[in-house]
Amino acid sequence: MGRYALRRLLQAIPVFIGTTFLIWFLVWGLPGDPFAGRCGEKQCPAAYVNYMTEKFGLDDPLPVQYLNYLKNLATGNFGQTFNGIEIGELLAQAFPISIKLALVAVAAEALIGITAGVLTGLRRGSFLDNLVLVSTLVLIALPIFVIGIVARYAFGLASVSPEAPWHELIIPGLILGSGSLAYITRLTRVNIVENRRADYVRTAVAKGLSPGRVTGVHLLRNSMIPVVTWLGLDLGALMGGAIVTEGIFNIRGIGGLLFGAISRRESGIVVSIVAILVLVYLIVNLLVDLLYGVLDPRIRYE
Amino acid sequence: MRGITPWKVAVGLTAVALAAAGCTNEPGTTPPPADGSFIMSWTEPQNPLVPSGTSETGGGTIIDALFTGLTNYAAADAKTEMANAESIKSTDGGTTWTVKLKSGWKWHDGTQVTAKNYVDAWNHAAYTPNGMVNGTFFADIKGYADVTSVDPDDDGPKPAPKPAKDKMDGLKVIDETTFEVTLGGPSNLWPIKVGYTAFMPLPDAFFKDPAAFGANPIGNGPFKMNGWTKNTELKVTRFDDYQGADKPKVKDVTFRVYTDDAAAYEDVKNGTIDFQQQVPQAKIIGDLYKADFPSASSNKAISVSSFIAFPSWLPGYNDPKVRQALSMAIDRKLIVEKIFNNTRIPMNGWVNPNMEGYKDGSCGEFCTFDAAKAKTLFDSATTKPTEISLAYNGDASHKPWVDAVCNSIQTALGVPCVGKPFPTFGEFRTLVTTQKMTGMSRAAWQADYPHIENWLNPLLKTGASSNDGKFSDAAFDAKLKEADGTADLPAATKLYQDAEAMLPALMPTIPLWHTSQQTVWSAKLATVTINTFGELDLATVTVK
Repeated sequence: MGRYALRRLLQAIPVFIGTTFLIWFLVWGLPGDPFAGRCGEKQCPAAYVNYMTEKFGLDDPLPVQYLNYLKNLATGNFGQTFNGIEIGELLAQAFPISIKLALVAVAAEALIGITAGVLTGLRRGSFLDNLVLVSTLVLIALPIFVIGIVARYAFGLASVSPEAPWHELIIPGLILGSGSLAYITRLTRVNIVENRRADYVRTAVAKGLSPGRVTGVHLLRNSMIPVVTWLGLDLGALMGGAIVTEGIFNIRGIGGLLFGAISRRESGIVVSIVAILVLVYLIVNLLVDLLYGVLDPRIRYE
Repeated sequence: MRGITPWKVAVGLTAVALAAAGCTNEPGTTPPPADGSFIMSWTEPQNPLVPSGTSETGGGTIIDALFTGLTNYAAADAKTEMANAESIKSTDGGTTWTVKLKSGWKWHDGTQVTAKNYVDAWNHAAYTPNGMVNGTFFADIKGYADVTSVDPDDDGPKPAPKPAKDKMDGLKVIDETTFEVTLGGPSNLWPIKVGYTAFMPLPDAFFKDPAAFGANPIGNGPFKMNGWTKNTELKVTRFDDYQGADKPKVKDVTFRVYTDDAAAYEDVKNGTIDFQQQVPQAKIIGDLYKADFPSASSNKAISVSSFIAFPSWLPGYNDPKVRQALSMAIDRKLIVEKIFNNTRIPMNGWVNPNMEGYKDGSCGEFCTFDAAKAKTLFDSATTKPTEISLAYNGDASHKPWVDAVCNSIQTALGVPCVGKPFPTFGEFRTLVTTQKMTGMSRAAWQADYPHIENWLNPLLKTGASSNDGKFSDAAFDAKLKEADGTADLPAATKLYQDAEAMLPALMPTIPLWHTSQQTVWSAKLATVTINTFGELDLATVTVK
């Protein structure tokens, strides 16, 4: 397991460099001077454009700029925004908020989704099963922005305050997780239905285990593998911020930061966020893979 | 999103407005609660919070609250009023100006506001190695050329040479509260110009650590900084030692960042925040915002206007007849109604109505839609473009009106016309300023200071910085020059109007429409005044 994890971590290095280079190049290599459009309809004074170009090292050849960027990144220096704010400071502020929101969403998905999935899986064809089937269909069919906007504007919900306390994040978190919640319900249900007919479940029932233990330990544990994968990937995706949900509720997380940075062409923030997201994805993926081994003893990593 | 991107900014006025409002308060009104606070929707500043480096709305709003310059523009009519200056006088017809400051003014750190603070700030702003956005506003001060240098290879790796001096000859400190400004030539407009943000003073603290100052500025204005959580919100609180007439009635103001203007709108509606300067497009349709805020909204023309620029160096576009025909072929009224839900006002002249010297109808028939006349005029031109294009930046919502304008031209003149999008504003501007455009391009202008001159000299004079179409006419230039050199302001204004009157025959650009702004606020705010720059007047606003 240790060697496997190490190999995966080593593989992550070229992936990280490759993705950040692509993003970096796409963002900074755009045609047009990034400073020419920053003075409204007026032409920016040459003095300003030259000063900024030199300050941000944009007069160096692109590969040199990229190497400088990597060098700074290695020392934890994300650089500055065009308005002189440390990007590291912005990230340190926005990430905890996005993580909080992601945790709320994933917790809701896991709690509600797995419960509903188990209940419907055990009572296949019942009224409850059909009800859940229809409601998950609705959730899957509706994009988040529809749910979010309807929830927000129809009920007159206020935005989340700047400190983003937990209780204010519950509704945005539920909305953010609603789509995945529906998928998890269905995934759990399908697995439960299938595994209920598996030999080991029949054996467990035959040897006289209580129904709770059969479902809770034997059945659930084996049915959880695809669900855990889904939850893990979802957590990774949600940590990247939820541009739509954060926008609707004005949550000052990574999604809002990224969106604002793209519209203001704050290239430094965009590249830094993406670099961190690549890392988050790589780590979450690794953790999910390692978790398989814990859930299913048949899976071994050498 | 509004038709114009929100950067620009001519801010200055808030502070100004403040002053104005303060003076005009009629006696006898009951004093509102002394310790109110409210929250405004806001956008993150694009530059460090230094007056000479700020030219967009987000930062400008804060600069106006924190700084007060020599003069202010009145909130209601943008007339210039003395603020930090006791007097600004010239005895030689407008070349040398003696500025006397009011005494007893303090910076937020407790130090005195002195003449030196102004001179230092202006020298710093004009000195090109400092790279200040508003540096060019000092170009008419004597000695400006000495503190500026041009980069030999533009954006290339070679740095610009160091300017000969770092101080302008034209600025002289006389004593603690007096300084003298010598301009390169006479200008009667100078006292009006100094109300703009670029001319605000800077305390000594700035020069010790400019970077730290940009994140936590120390001003001399009605409000002082009270904490800034980046990308989230910025708070200011009333500066009790403020000496200006425009003392605020509220104590604390919070500027909260919103990424989505629909979210901000809903929050004003449910009372989470109290003010949104521009309501989202979706709420303008059918005047929805008026239904939501029956007694707490305004719809006001602001100092922003849109034009179309021509590539005057190309055959066909260099003929005024062609340009007049194109202008007459645009049905402004219909487009404003159908595309903009009447949030624009069709233009008939080259000057915004909020300006001193504005004259209605100065463009005359050439800005009035008449398809038949346009066609006749167009056909009578000897060389004319066989295909017309109108370039715009695709990162803002310009496509609908550009297509409508093109459609109007195509229908009237029978020449194919296409809209030509460029992905980003930066790329679009680069092509415009390097004369790479092969057809017409969109343009817009927001006033820096409220005078007709600001709509002629920077936009239409030969070689002017924002003369996108490289328009040039000797007689027009001569008229502007005559006006610039006229000491008497009303006489000069008249000359500028004469210059504008020459424009219909030349048709340097096509005037399209002025912008109006739809603002909403919560039930908590009272006595809301929106100044001519579209900003909330922080001096007069009160909370319930």
